[in-house]
Amino acid sequence: MRPVYIVGIGQTPVGEQWERSLRHIAHDAVIPALRDAGVEQVDALYVGNMLSGELVGQEHVGALVADFVGLRGVEAYKIEAACGSGGAAMRTGVMAVAGGLHDVVVVAGVEKMTDTIGKDTTAGLAMAADQEFEAAEGVSFVALNALLMRRYMYEFDVPHSAFGHFAVNAHHNATGNPNAMFPKAITLDTYRKATMISDPINLMDSSPICDGAAAVVLASEEVARTMHNGRRPIRIAASTVATDSLAVHDRRDPMQLEAAWISSRKAYQQAGVTLDDIDLFELHDAFTIMAALSLEACGYAERGRGVRLAEEGEITIEGRVPVATMGGLKARGHPVGATGVYQIVEATLQLQGLAGRNQVRDANIAMTQNIGGSGATVATHILVGE
Amino acid sequence: MSVARTWRTRRQRYSLVGERCEYCHNAIFPPRDVCPHCAEPAQKEYTMSGRGTVYSYTTVFDPPAGFEAYAPYPVALVKLDEGPMVTAQLTDLDPDDVRIGMPVEMVTRKLSEQGDEGVITYSYKFRERLERQAVAA
Amino acid sequence: MSLENGISLMKPLRPVGIVGYGAYVPRYRLPASEVARVWSGRDAELPIVEKAVAGLDEDTATMSIEAARNALARAGVDPKRIRAVWVGSESHPYAVKPTSTIVAEALDIVPLTQAADWEFACKAGTEAMQAAIAFVGSGMADYALSIGMDTAQGRPGDALEYTAAAGGAAMLLGPAEQSLALIEASLSYVTDTPDFWRRAHAHYPSHGQRFTGEPAYFHHVISAAEMMLEGMGRTAADYRYAVLHQPNSKFPQRAAKQLGFRKEQIETGLLAPIIGNTYAGSSLIGLTAVLDEAQPGDRVLVVSFGSGAGSDAFSLEITGAITTAQRQALTTKEYIERRSEIDYATYARYRGKMLMK
Repeated sequence: MRPVYIVGIGQTPVGEQWERSLRHIAHDAVIPALRDAGVEQVDALYVGNMLSGELVGQEHVGALVADFVGLRGVEAYKIEAACGSGGAAMRTGVMAVAGGLHDVVVVAGVEKMTDTIGKDTTAGLAMAADQEFEAAEGVSFVALNALLMRRYMYEFDVPHSAFGHFAVNAHHNATGNPNAMFPKAITLDTYRKATMISDPINLMDSSPICDGAAAVVLASEEVARTMHNGRRPIRIAASTVATDSLAVHDRRDPMQLEAAWISSRKAYQQAGVTLDDIDLFELHDAFTIMAALSLEACGYAERGRGVRLAEEGEITIEGRVPVATMGGLKARGHPVGATGVYQIVEATLQLQGLAGRNQVRDANIAMTQNIGGSGATVATHILVGE
Repeated sequence: MSVARTWRTRRQRYSLVGERCEYCHNAIFPPRDVCPHCAEPAQKEYTMSGRGTVYSYTTVFDPPAGFEAYAPYPVALVKLDEGPMVTAQLTDLDPDDVRIGMPVEMVTRKLSEQGDEGVITYSYKFRERLERQAVAA
Repeated sequence: MSLENGISLMKPLRPVGIVGYGAYVPRYRLPASEVARVWSGRDAELPIVEKAVAGLDEDTATMSIEAARNALARAGVDPKRIRAVWVGSESHPYAVKPTSTIVAEALDIVPLTQAADWEFACKAGTEAMQAAIAFVGSGMADYALSIGMDTAQGRPGDALEYTAAAGGAAMLLGPAEQSLALIEASLSYVTDTPDFWRRAHAHYPSHGQRFTGEPAYFHHVISAAEMMLEGMGRTAADYRYAVLHQPNSKFPQRAAKQLGFRKEQIETGLLAPIIGNTYAGSSLIGLTAVLDEAQPGDRVLVVSFGSGAGSDAFSLEITGAITTAQRQALTTKEYIERRSEIDYATYARYRGKMLMK
């Protein structure tokens, strides 16, 4: 397999982009990424997207975006793995280049979630779950996470307030990210007083509904060497995807994200790194409970102890495991199918020393983890600055 | 839910008809073509008793489209006595009365309907188990 | 009124009895005082104390399923041997499409079964029971399930809104030798008397106010009861219990008195004061309350009434099988004691009485 490099990145501000449609948002990330890489043509475009069909009434997004950004003619299609679509698209791009089938590809993640009203978006998001035996019972996606969080609190005797540190950290970091949806610091008191949306999950446990797109250009080592944008070369040291049962009720142990465990262990092996080597971790904090479960599955904490890392300040930019360094899903925003690519873009900025006041010191190795549904698809990437 | 899907899953929805694996003997619900425990195919039909306990619960305040008429409603992961876990609504109780470990039993209730003119989907929900005093006495 | 021209009571070719019974009453209660608070504004005498109201996710199909599950639990019969599922109601969830197929499927009685819905206002359930007796009695089937169930509709502010309630019962009929209550004889008494009706597509029923009394309820109930007593060669004193259709608290008490029944004979089955008028379920759930307490050898007279109008009368004798059967499912009383009071606003939401579009 050939080494794969990130040679260009692009992202749009995350938020309610009333004046831009799905295709425009994709354009706003892909064009900057192509410019950043200094290329005009690529071999393929892989678009991570979850809900274009349900929320925009548009499928066939690969060809649509390719044409709209001036890449008419290239191989292009949409990659879908619920909220893990961006990570899965990234994995697809890596496979294409590493396998030698392509030399330069664009991986984009795009989501337009604000063209519909709340209950329809809620129904759309529930499609990440088992439609026949979870969503059909009237269980929203938030509710599924609430079921996990309630059980976690019960099983490990963790008070709800302890999760607040994840939200506080994410919001704090978002203040240093010009593309974040909520660049506004919050306190534990804000967290405690937030509106309940599906007990015990309140508004501050939950990532927002929003629009956004991010893109990266991937190239083979040979091509990457010909590109000189003056920035640190970023190599993709690991790219893995693992799956679990779609439904929470079918898990062997709902308190363990088995796919995250498999995917992270494969990634450590591929990259030849241990946890101690990783300088920052862009995790999938769609809900605070997911942040805790993800940290545990990846080996940062024992079962039931993930929240302690947050409580003890280990997840801040200065901490042992900086997470959500640009605001995470909670405060940067979670345009579902785009999130996995945002994580890659942000990790790249960190490794290139371009994260501004959110810069993690001496960042050389970054991990990203994008989760589809309540844990059924997990894509893990490890990036290394050379 | 579409007419065909409502119809296709009616035995699961009305009576929790699942399977029991002939190889590893685990009870399976909903039925699958391949056992999730031992990956062997072709399972034997097996109907769950409908009794279980609450593994976790929450309340849906902002329901997905199609469930507006019922909100807010409690939902739960119910661990059936036979082993499988099901995701279902709880009924006949106030959200404040639910607790983890609460014994529950299956009832058949209206789940959703496609407007005033569409078909009605009936499905399993769970309520706090009603104890028979006659038996206790 | 008496049996004329040599016409006798109805008896099947082979003896038939009730082999299983089950009640269902939903959890919610609306006190009549709440209806009075909203609509009357007067401190008038109320027709009942409170009525049972179905939850948002309940209808005649779901309540029938639970009552039928209770009946089968008591009977211990293989569902596949039941050859008819007949649900009597005036609140079937569909105008066209049987409630009975839903019940039959939920109880695994399908596919070799009759299934149909019955309509005869408040006596649709006992009408189904008459048919079930005939079906088993003729030898066409060993078991037939008849159900009377309703989520009764009442126009907001109307006199019926105080009483129109939800609930009912299921009766599994089978061979007499397996029965917990033998059907000694039955009788149906019908005339064309429009005391209460609901036109197709109308949401709420209409009624003839005081006309629903003398020429309708009292005439039919008393005629049917008197003929049954005459045909059996008995008097009221020969029965341990009597259950009469109960649209309110007063009517059945007055009719019972006129027939010579004492308070002790009717109080067990008189549920209207605390659950209201469950329409097609009314007389049958009165019967389940009696069966919950009856002893072997007790005799029970049941007389239903359906507007339009008619009455079905049944004479039952309790057998030794009752004692075990009583304990196999929740009793009527246990359902009634499972009580959660709601206010008129909640009731209006639960019963779809708010304009939503």
